[in-house]
Amino acid sequence: MELNQLTALQLGAAIKAGEVSVAEATAFSLERIQAKNPENNAYITVLEEQAMARAKALQAGVSDAVSPLYGVPMALKDNICTKGIKTSCASKILGDFKPPYDATLVEKLDAAGSVTLGKLNMDEFAMGSTSETSFYGATKNPWDLTRVPGGSSGGGAAAVAAGMGWYAVGSDTGGSIRQPSSYCGVTGMKPTYGTVSRYGLIAYASSLDQMGPIARDAADCAAILDLVQGKDPRDGTSLNGEYGALSAGLTGDVKGMRIGIPTDCFGEGLSPAVSKAVLAVAETLKSRGAVVEECSLPIMQYVVPTYYIIAAAEASSNLSRFDGVKYGWRAEGFEDLTDLYNKTRTEGFGSEVKRRILLGTFVLSTGYYDAYYKKALQVKALIARAFDTAFSKFDLLLTPVAPTTAPKLGESLSDPLQMYLSDIYTVSVNLAGLPGISVPCGFDEHGMPIGAQLIGAALQDSKVLHAAHAFQLDTDFHKKEAR
Amino acid sequence: MKITEEIVDYVSVLSRLKLPREEKGKMVGELESILEYMDILNQLDTSGVEPMSHVFPVKNVTRTDEVVPSFDRAALLQNAPVPDEEAFLVPKTVE
Amino acid sequence: MSWEIVIGLETHVELATRSKIFCSCTTEFGGDPNTHCCPVCTGMPGTLPVLNQAVLEYAVRAGLALNCSITKYNKFDRKNYFYPDLPKAYQISQLYLPVCRDGAVPIKTGAGEKTIHIHEIHMEEDAGKLVHDPWIDQTRADYNRCGVPLIEIVTEPDFRSADEVIAYLEKLKSTLQYLGVSDCKMQEGSLRCDVNLSVRPVGSAEFGTRTEMKNLNSFKAIGRAIEYEAKRQIEAIEEGKRIIQETRRWDDNKDASYAMRSKENAQDYRYFPEPDIPPVELTEDYLTETRQGLPEMAEAKVERYQAQFGLPAYDSEMITGQKALADFFEAAVVLGTPAKLVSNWIMGEVMKKLKDCAMEAADMKLTPPTLARLIALVEGGTLNRNTAVKVFDAIFAEDGDVDAYVREHGLEQVSDTGLVQSVVEAVFAANPKSIEDYKAGKEKAFGFLVGQTMRELKGKADPKVVNDTIRTLLQEQ
Ligand SMILES: [Mg+2]
Ligand SMILES: [Zn+2]
Repeated sequence: MELNQLTALQLGAAIKAGEVSVAEATAFSLERIQAKNPENNAYITVLEEQAMARAKALQAGVSDAVSPLYGVPMALKDNICTKGIKTSCASKILGDFKPPYDATLVEKLDAAGSVTLGKLNMDEFAMGSTSETSFYGATKNPWDLTRVPGGSSGGGAAAVAAGMGWYAVGSDTGGSIRQPSSYCGVTGMKPTYGTVSRYGLIAYASSLDQMGPIARDAADCAAILDLVQGKDPRDGTSLNGEYGALSAGLTGDVKGMRIGIPTDCFGEGLSPAVSKAVLAVAETLKSRGAVVEECSLPIMQYVVPTYYIIAAAEASSNLSRFDGVKYGWRAEGFEDLTDLYNKTRTEGFGSEVKRRILLGTFVLSTGYYDAYYKKALQVKALIARAFDTAFSKFDLLLTPVAPTTAPKLGESLSDPLQMYLSDIYTVSVNLAGLPGISVPCGFDEHGMPIGAQLIGAALQDSKVLHAAHAFQLDTDFHKKEAR
Repeated sequence: MKITEEIVDYVSVLSRLKLPREEKGKMVGELESILEYMDILNQLDTSGVEPMSHVFPVKNVTRTDEVVPSFDRAALLQNAPVPDEEAFLVPKTVE
Repeated sequence: MSWEIVIGLETHVELATRSKIFCSCTTEFGGDPNTHCCPVCTGMPGTLPVLNQAVLEYAVRAGLALNCSITKYNKFDRKNYFYPDLPKAYQISQLYLPVCRDGAVPIKTGAGEKTIHIHEIHMEEDAGKLVHDPWIDQTRADYNRCGVPLIEIVTEPDFRSADEVIAYLEKLKSTLQYLGVSDCKMQEGSLRCDVNLSVRPVGSAEFGTRTEMKNLNSFKAIGRAIEYEAKRQIEAIEEGKRIIQETRRWDDNKDASYAMRSKENAQDYRYFPEPDIPPVELTEDYLTETRQGLPEMAEAKVERYQAQFGLPAYDSEMITGQKALADFFEAAVVLGTPAKLVSNWIMGEVMKKLKDCAMEAADMKLTPPTLARLIALVEGGTLNRNTAVKVFDAIFAEDGDVDAYVREHGLEQVSDTGLVQSVVEAVFAANPKSIEDYKAGKEKAFGFLVGQTMRELKGKADPKVVNDTIRTLLQEQ
């Protein structure tokens, strides 16, 4: 059996059937990591011994496997707290921080019999679209090591694309799961805000952050979400939305499903190859009986500034706790308390993080709050309203994930504003709290993967997965392997 | 929005960041172009629109007033950059 | 020129909930440093706050009792600033939609009655404690108090004297204690007061520049600090100086206040809605229910004590001044003790003891059954009043068994007329001069003979029996 060709669900079934042992699968992943991590830098921390010990322990209980993903090796973005295991947010300032607690999501995956291979590289504090701002060095795209994997969950997308684990859990504040998934040719989903507890996810922008799966296909994503979603007493913003087992409903039947194509997302700035591949998704779904129609969403031109004002504001507050006092790294040679704060934070944060902290501090400061922050919250209301209107007509919206395929390393960071603008198709989904998925839908002239985004109304995650799954039944873009 | 060095200095003090001279110069320019772009929001008439801080109408999430035994102190202190058995240590703060 | 003092107060009150406002750690006072803590209240990354339902209820109760209008749609906001006692570097508080607004508190001072208006009451979390350790020249941050729930009660600038401030605080403290929402112990920091003070020429409509005074740990300190600060401002203005808007720290030992070093530039707290806590909506039903659930407050008790127990208005007001005293009184009366007798003891011995020990009634160990028993022994003739006071003094600090104490110390009242008579005869024999004086019309000599007899009987004699015996025997002389 060629292990690497199995999806997470298929591997889970093989483990359950006794065709593969958990240890074999784990050792296979660890070998791939050993071979590939030096070139693509997807992992910050690899838990070799721990993963093997866990695999052996799980093997003993395989006959009463509690979940379809029992024994399947996976990895976590390094902003998800893992008890006793370094959780760095890819930042110097967190140093060797080992949380004394697990994220709720980690507890849930643990209980489902997961094997954690390690912690994944990312943009520092999830701020970036390329995974180049990591203190631990840039992650590279497995399809072309001279290109970025996208970000901020670039390590997760690269790891899954390179077969260094069957799935990953990332976080998505403005596209950080979907965009790297599209750049790396894997399937990644940001579920409805609140459906996965944020307890233990180191916050970037609390009102937008949401964890979600990065995997081979939509069926894997559904299976992972089934394990991790649900209301959590430790997260007041988590939702009581019991919307049933997502995996169970994946039949491939999209007959009568209404899909809208916002023309505002297919105009200027979009690469023709991406446009063509994404629109072809509509044709595939149409051939299965979906009803496709164009629509307009003019609010799209305001989503990027709205997103960056809100995200930066929240980030400036969320990241204030990193001050060299309670945990993490502390600068040396300070004169007094203020100097300790200044030195630790100035030397401990990278420049993209500092840029957003300063921006966020500015938009909240006296005299500018109304003009920027309050204004952004008002536009956010308009954005949510625009989506409400769209979803009164459509079940799903189809858009690109990003305007282009993965750029070359080093190309994006020189102009922050241009980098922010490339988030145009993903950030609105976070602002409105909606579910969105990125599915591989083609390749450009350089052979780089293209992703299409399907967006659903709040709590309609099953519809999103359903359409993505239907598309994947008819296509094999998601089965292509990097190099 | 015109960003001056004074504004960057002001928000730097508030956020406890002290950028070196060259970094600051660059930051002024970058923030300026970002904020200039953000001014397109002013094209939208938002009068009468209630600012939306929370997306969903989730409300009244509370817990009952029950005490749970506190966390192990050593575990809370284990990540502190300056080791101490009882507390987090900082330079003198007393006014 | 004569000056008017204008004062507004910001009072932080720690709520008496069992657990903290956003986590389940205990709110108990004290404890070794950082032992009442968890990842949430020490601001660890990834942790989230979840609101304690009791905090909301207590805040609403306080607002209703202080005649506020209650905000139906509540939100929390973040107040951002760096300081090591605040591990998240923001305090979760309320700026835009505080839970209560526009309250009114009637007060009484020597100068008459007036109403102090409350601007708002908001909920927030307390910060930790910083203690400097000179041995290592480092400050230790203890987060045990971090996340203890607070309400901050902000008044309008309605006060014109220290007396009014003290009267308001007494009233506030009593009200909150009656509500059971706080123990209001200043020495443990569960009631803390910042004084905003300015002065202006009498008759002026404009406010002067104000200063804010912190670190006021007792009513006495508040009174002195107000006096000091008003004088300082008036003198400065009269010398032609300008008052600087600043925060000043009161030093109780030096009886003076000092400008605090301004923490790096201007304060700009960058408040914004707390994204981690969903809004809280209060229904009319909830408010009605809470209003109906409010306990009987001091004013109602004053009326009832007069009507039900026939206590004088003065007694009723004194006893209800502190909730602990009123509770004590009611518990003793329930045991069958005549109300007026209980009231006399409370207003006399109990209050005197509390004052001497600089103690709050709430901290008193003496229990109502003990006092009731003591009163019963006096009424039953076993103890005379003076001996009873001695017993009271002896057992007050730790409470105790009155009967056992009386027995052990042999304090039962002597009412044996034969014994008294023989002692009186002996006293007469030893003091013939006094008998002559008495006969000569010196009434004072009678008292002397009574005193001598009592002394011989170690104070345990029934005074009535002694008086009667002496008078009878004198007539026989
Ligand atoms: Mg306050
Ligand atoms: Zn706690």
